[in-house]
Amino acid sequence: MSDIQREEMLYDVVIVGAGPAGLSAAIKLKQINSDISICLLEKAAEVGAHILSGNVFETKALDELIPNWKDLNAPVKTKVTSEDFLYLNKEKSFKVPNFLLPKSLQNHGNYIISLSNLCKWLGEFAENLGVEIFPGFAASKLLYNEKGEVSGVQTGDMGLDINGNPKDNFEPGINIKGKVTVLSEGCRGHLGKEVIKKFNLDANNKSPQQYGIGFKEIWEIDPEKHNLGKILHSVGWPLENDTYGGSFCYHAENNQIYLGYVIGLDYKNPYLSPYDEFQQFKTHPEIKKLLTNGKRISYGARALIEGGLQSLPQMHMPGALLIGCDAGTLNMPKIKGSHTAMKSGIIAGEVINKHLSQNEHLSIYEDEFKNSWIYDELHQARNVKPSFQWGLIPAMVFTGIDQKIFGGKLPFTLQHKHADHDSLVSAKDSKKIDYPKYDGEFTFDKPSSVYLSGTNHAENQPCHLLLKDKDLTTNYTLEEYDEPAQRYCPAGVYEIETDSETQKKFLKINSQNCIHCKTCDIKEPSQNIDWITPEGGGGPIYSGT
Amino acid sequence: MKVLVAVKRVVDYKVQIRVKADQSGVETENVKMSVNPPDENAIEEAVKLKEQGLAQETLAVTIGDDKAQDVLRTSLAMGIDRSILVKSPNSLEPLAVAKTLSKIIEKENPDLVLLGKQAIDDDSNQTGQILSALLNWPQACFISDLKIEGNKLFLSREIDEGIEKLETNLPAVLTCDLRLNTPRFASLPNIMKAKKKPLDIIDISTLGIDTNPKIKVLKVEEPPKRKAGIMVNDVKELVEKLKYEAKVI
Repeated sequence: MSDIQREEMLYDVVIVGAGPAGLSAAIKLKQINSDISICLLEKAAEVGAHILSGNVFETKALDELIPNWKDLNAPVKTKVTSEDFLYLNKEKSFKVPNFLLPKSLQNHGNYIISLSNLCKWLGEFAENLGVEIFPGFAASKLLYNEKGEVSGVQTGDMGLDINGNPKDNFEPGINIKGKVTVLSEGCRGHLGKEVIKKFNLDANNKSPQQYGIGFKEIWEIDPEKHNLGKILHSVGWPLENDTYGGSFCYHAENNQIYLGYVIGLDYKNPYLSPYDEFQQFKTHPEIKKLLTNGKRISYGARALIEGGLQSLPQMHMPGALLIGCDAGTLNMPKIKGSHTAMKSGIIAGEVINKHLSQNEHLSIYEDEFKNSWIYDELHQARNVKPSFQWGLIPAMVFTGIDQKIFGGKLPFTLQHKHADHDSLVSAKDSKKIDYPKYDGEFTFDKPSSVYLSGTNHAENQPCHLLLKDKDLTTNYTLEEYDEPAQRYCPAGVYEIETDSETQKKFLKINSQNCIHCKTCDIKEPSQNIDWITPEGGGGPIYSGT
Repeated sequence: MKVLVAVKRVVDYKVQIRVKADQSGVETENVKMSVNPPDENAIEEAVKLKEQGLAQETLAVTIGDDKAQDVLRTSLAMGIDRSILVKSPNSLEPLAVAKTLSKIIEKENPDLVLLGKQAIDDDSNQTGQILSALLNWPQACFISDLKIEGNKLFLSREIDEGIEKLETNLPAVLTCDLRLNTPRFASLPNIMKAKKKPLDIIDISTLGIDTNPKIKVLKVEEPPKRKAGIMVNDVKELVEKLKYEAKVI
């Protein structure tokens, strides 16, 4: 396919990914200088359709970017009115008194929002400023100039068949070149992964990056039980004490609750199924009573980044910036990444303007970042997540001391020991977990969940989940780890089947079910799976998530 | 030849439809909307006729609120020359849609009108037929092939018995089946160009037609949930159950 003539378009700035970081960068740039031309590519069918987030939103960055957002009918409306933090065991729940909670877990003044809706709103705001947004176009490859600097991206070819041959409606991708490229694909973006490696951006990192997988369901519940503005977090059951994770439950508008679960991908037992832990969590009496007579209307899952400051790569490189959770700006103890992603985008906008107008080097991003509140925030938060390698209770005690007494200013930094793909223990040394059957009322199987996500990929297109070694499952992963992809994938993309002739088991990939969470790319123990972009417009269609 | 294409904005076919809590209709807020899929076939066919030199001008028309401009932009990005939004605060029934289109057709004088065979939201499958009656033009519905020679149209329709071949003259109203063609992707440069193509807005109240609904929607409900199936042990049990429990054989 290398002989294809590709059209070329030139912009000042090319941004990949219309999430909070990329949109904030675009908006900030246009606010400073409306003559700067900006192309923003989004692989989802529309802006917001691949955005899935809790979300209790801190407005700090939005206040800076669009101070009059309240007058502009931004979808940021439901103030947090009350909050509970629970420790669960199988039958009971214990409330942690609010005065014991670190400040990072107190949400007074924050809002319960749908980040998907906010991004849609920010997208319209950006378009009105003249940003050219192209949803349905995936940035599939990076372009480099003769000096080896990033010079833009190539959009994915549309209309290829499963063998990579053009179909009737074939439309070749085009080269979009920019003086600066901004990568804001969100956690584990595939271009972000490429530049981190190519430019050694993580060379000075003290710790390997850490990830989690987050689930979210939207339920319409009985108005009697609904308590607008209430938020609830829990730790404990059904997770074992050595697994990092917890739940959220936010009472949003229209009698909806946003119910979710986050599990650290540094879990050790290959038999653990994050999806089933979440499903089981909903059967806790405390949650069950809330969901009784309710209706699940949405489902999604997405990997999130948890490494914090110790794992944050350098965010600038020749010709490009890496921002938001594509780099890893989430504040883990706060369980919030939207305001920090937005702030990283705002700084990107300012830096790119200085680069274009005063020829400042992109590396000034580093200082600007260090001098802003985002750095202080992440610095304060840095010791919480690594302390959880000691187990839930010691970590909670330590976090209490670190956050409550020392305000995150202890004179040492704990490190993350392993990358998440290195954390699994051999299957033969692990305990099998028997998850309860789905009841169809509170808990559901993966296919009916994926159905609710609106996931779709054009039929007969090349598989976007690439195996470096096609036979690794058969030859190694199945025996060593009982192929954990069957369980860590929240969409049932990976299945083990038996070849009817050879009787050998093999890995079947249902890539059309993929909800673009990137967990496989992160957790595969041998890093054998590469997630690349499928045809633009594919994937889930989240709305209100 | 001038070709007019009617385009409808509908909830995207990939979206899981949800009934509004008050049962007044289907949830469309924050829901992805798209061009009605069979209308994309109509657009593709019009663009092809232009590329073949058979059509000199192509025009897309839609009816809706300001947001409906997005389906016109998509049509323009796929290659349609110009477009008209007939602005209407309410969604219209097929009769009112056909009346509206006939008024536009009076002004624009196209030789050929292409529509999708039906819209995936209400599945009415009426607009093309009513429009042909209002115009007193020949119609062919669910076409899966189209050839034009001079003033003559040669059409194919897939019917139960096989393929029906029809012949008629211009001007005509045709509704398009999914089998007619494969709609192209709008390329990124063409989306850019489409932003500069003409999009005229006409208020429906200026057309002097009665668009009042003739049908009142009482309530919209989800279909009842399907009961879980059971596994039977053998054919005998299956036959017994079909005969005595389900009473279908």
